[in-house]
Amino acid sequence: MPTQVLMPALSPTMEKGNLSKWIKQEGDKVKAGDVIAEIETDKATMEVEAVDEGTLGKILVPAGTADVAVNTPIAVIVADGEDANAAASPAQPSKAAQSALPAAVATPPVPAKPSVPEFADEDEHADVEHVTMTVREALRDAMAEEMRRDPDIFVMGEEVAEYQGAYKVTQGLLQEFGAARVVDTPITEHGFAGLGVGAALAGLKPIVEFMTFNFAMQAIDHIINSAAKTLYMSGGQMGCPIVFRGPNGPAARVGAQHSQDYSAWYSHVPGLTVVAPYTAADAKGLLKSAIRNPNPVIFLENEILYGQSFPVPKVDDYLVPIGKARIARQGADVTLVAWSMGMSYALKAAEALAGQGIEAEVIDLRTLRPMDTETVVASVKKTGRCVVVEESWPQSGVGAEIAARIMENAFDWLDAPVARVSGKDVPMPYAANLEKLALPTVDEVVEAARAVAYR
Amino acid sequence: MASQKKVAETPAPAAVRPSILPIDAGPVQELGREVDLKAFRDMLLIRRFEEKAGQLYGMGLIGGFCHLYIGQEAVVVGMQLASKEGDQVVTGYRDHGHMLACGMDPRGVMAELTGRRGGYSKGKGGSMHMFSREKNFFGGHGIVGAQVSLGTGFAFANRYRKTDNVCLTYFGDGAANQGQVYESFNMASLWKLPVIYIIENNRYAMGTSVARATAQPDLSKRGASFNIPGELVDGMDVRAVKAAGDRVLSYCRSGEGPYILEMKTYRYRGHSMSDPAKYRTREEVEKVRIESDPIEQSRARILANGWVDEDALKKMDADVRKIVNEAAEFATYDPEPDASELYTDILR
Repeated sequence: MPTQVLMPALSPTMEKGNLSKWIKQEGDKVKAGDVIAEIETDKATMEVEAVDEGTLGKILVPAGTADVAVNTPIAVIVADGEDANAAASPAQPSKAAQSALPAAVATPPVPAKPSVPEFADEDEHADVEHVTMTVREALRDAMAEEMRRDPDIFVMGEEVAEYQGAYKVTQGLLQEFGAARVVDTPITEHGFAGLGVGAALAGLKPIVEFMTFNFAMQAIDHIINSAAKTLYMSGGQMGCPIVFRGPNGPAARVGAQHSQDYSAWYSHVPGLTVVAPYTAADAKGLLKSAIRNPNPVIFLENEILYGQSFPVPKVDDYLVPIGKARIARQGADVTLVAWSMGMSYALKAAEALAGQGIEAEVIDLRTLRPMDTETVVASVKKTGRCVVVEESWPQSGVGAEIAARIMENAFDWLDAPVARVSGKDVPMPYAANLEKLALPTVDEVVEAARAVAYR
Repeated sequence: MASQKKVAETPAPAAVRPSILPIDAGPVQELGREVDLKAFRDMLLIRRFEEKAGQLYGMGLIGGFCHLYIGQEAVVVGMQLASKEGDQVVTGYRDHGHMLACGMDPRGVMAELTGRRGGYSKGKGGSMHMFSREKNFFGGHGIVGAQVSLGTGFAFANRYRKTDNVCLTYFGDGAANQGQVYESFNMASLWKLPVIYIIENNRYAMGTSVARATAQPDLSKRGASFNIPGELVDGMDVRAVKAAGDRVLSYCRSGEGPYILEMKTYRYRGHSMSDPAKYRTREEVEKVRIESDPIEQSRARILANGWVDEDALKKMDADVRKIVNEAAEFATYDPEPDASELYTDILR
């Protein structure tokens, strides 16, 4: 029976990729292990191998096609005497359908991700030209622009240089700035975080990339004891201008040790500044501000957001102030507060609520410490109701903190208790269905908003 | 100096004495009159300062933790004699001696111990957390081993800025078992960073002897897996320390990478002021004090060489005591920080 070759996923979060090249042509004999094509994303390139023996009967997606969705049939392999066209029409993938796998990683079909939400920024740069770019590109541009401004800035971490970044965030920096300023480290988080803090105390301005913030737990002693506390312990003498950045929070199907959200952990600590942007514009403007900040800044990114595109103002030096929330959507009935990936649920929920006659005001917190309580409280005084959306665990979370602040500052304006929609109180499971259950959903946000609005 | 009439043209041969080292380290380079006297005075200042700190602790003027450096003075004094302007010093929590050796004001150090506004950290750091950018002293760190990664970062900054300065990174035999020490060794050697790892082996990590805590007790070999050379130094003899410092500093300045100096030394006092000292005998402490005390060695050498006479040394001691007493006086009567300081210096 003819076998479909499907567009494979290079990573758990890949949704589409480019089919850059066919190595084998129609009519070529192939055997298991033969490289038949090359695919690429903005993160990586990988070869597609045949796992069945036969003839490459038909190429369904020509070389050079961009944005081919994962699991799209790209070719058909036929056994002797079979008709390629019989299998060419897209059908339900059969058990044998996954006949091609990336050479290095075999990845199951990717679960549905939140798609790119509508950009609803109330932008002070509304009049200027905007360019569409991914969060990943915005972060890279922010670092490159700042490194051009100030020779004391360098970036260090695992795979930041020659590999071009484990998530391709540092792409091109080595080529532009050289190995002295783009430093590949050994896998040694505790050590290189401490080294970075030492360099910052000495007056340099390191950007320390953690491949993910899960690994920063190895380094958290230096982040807190050495970076956050030293200014205070030195009576104001020893500033520590350093940025710790990297992806934070759940990605997709990577299990409990690679899926934790550390928003609450770092926002607990005086001496740290904690930033968690959602849009590409904020990623760029806030990272530039973070690099110029004379204090240690924790910059929490999100792997799923890296590939999402947003309009970014095309201005020379685009800075977003730290500590200022953004009203992403205006509404009078209920306030939804979120940041980073949580915004994706909040904006979709607001859309759904609008369809039900409930106008939600969506606040993108953007900075967790110092927290823009004023903007949140002003909104709650208008709506009388609030739902906080976060991917991390509920206990002692940022949502709990926001609820407390609203209680302290807007108690008399509340028409309902503040509601929290969070990740569930469990380590992240691997199974696709359980992982979905462990994360917040748009429906949960809608339900919580209706509950506080008594509708 | 009060009396110079006995100044000898050439130094006398080193007096025969038992070394703290298990092996004979060979002949020791003499320091000469000026340096010998400076070393003696610098060590004496640390000794008297620490004795006074112990008294103030007993009087309740110093709170919390207080780790005294008594017995280990030759290590930091010898290394500072070898270092040059711009070389950084970073250490752990047994840090008062390092600050004084870097030239920090004893009044500011003592006032920090008592938690007063005139302390180096305005009273907000305490015994373990003081800094002076001016004197290139960068702490003062309370987490065992943390200063090793930080010191490696200072060395990284030196290389980044293409200076020829070296970071002198001190830690104890206890810290030598921390994982980040080896993460730092690896990066320092890989990138040939100008850092000297000075292991102050005073034989006890709190109350646990090196033999009970360390599979390879020869700590100078701890860099072997990282291609970092190391050597054992008699840390009770300031001459041996300075000689090693001279050699190794020029090695590091020339871009050869890191180096390990294991200083065999001894602390007479407990780990901190609350140490019950049940883990070693009084006789053991007495033996080291009688045979190897760094200040007594120095005193004997100065007198044997005739650099100055006994009276001059007594006067020097009186001068040092005066400085320390003034520091204690200042630290006792300087006001506590203003309550408004609670919320300052958190962010810049």
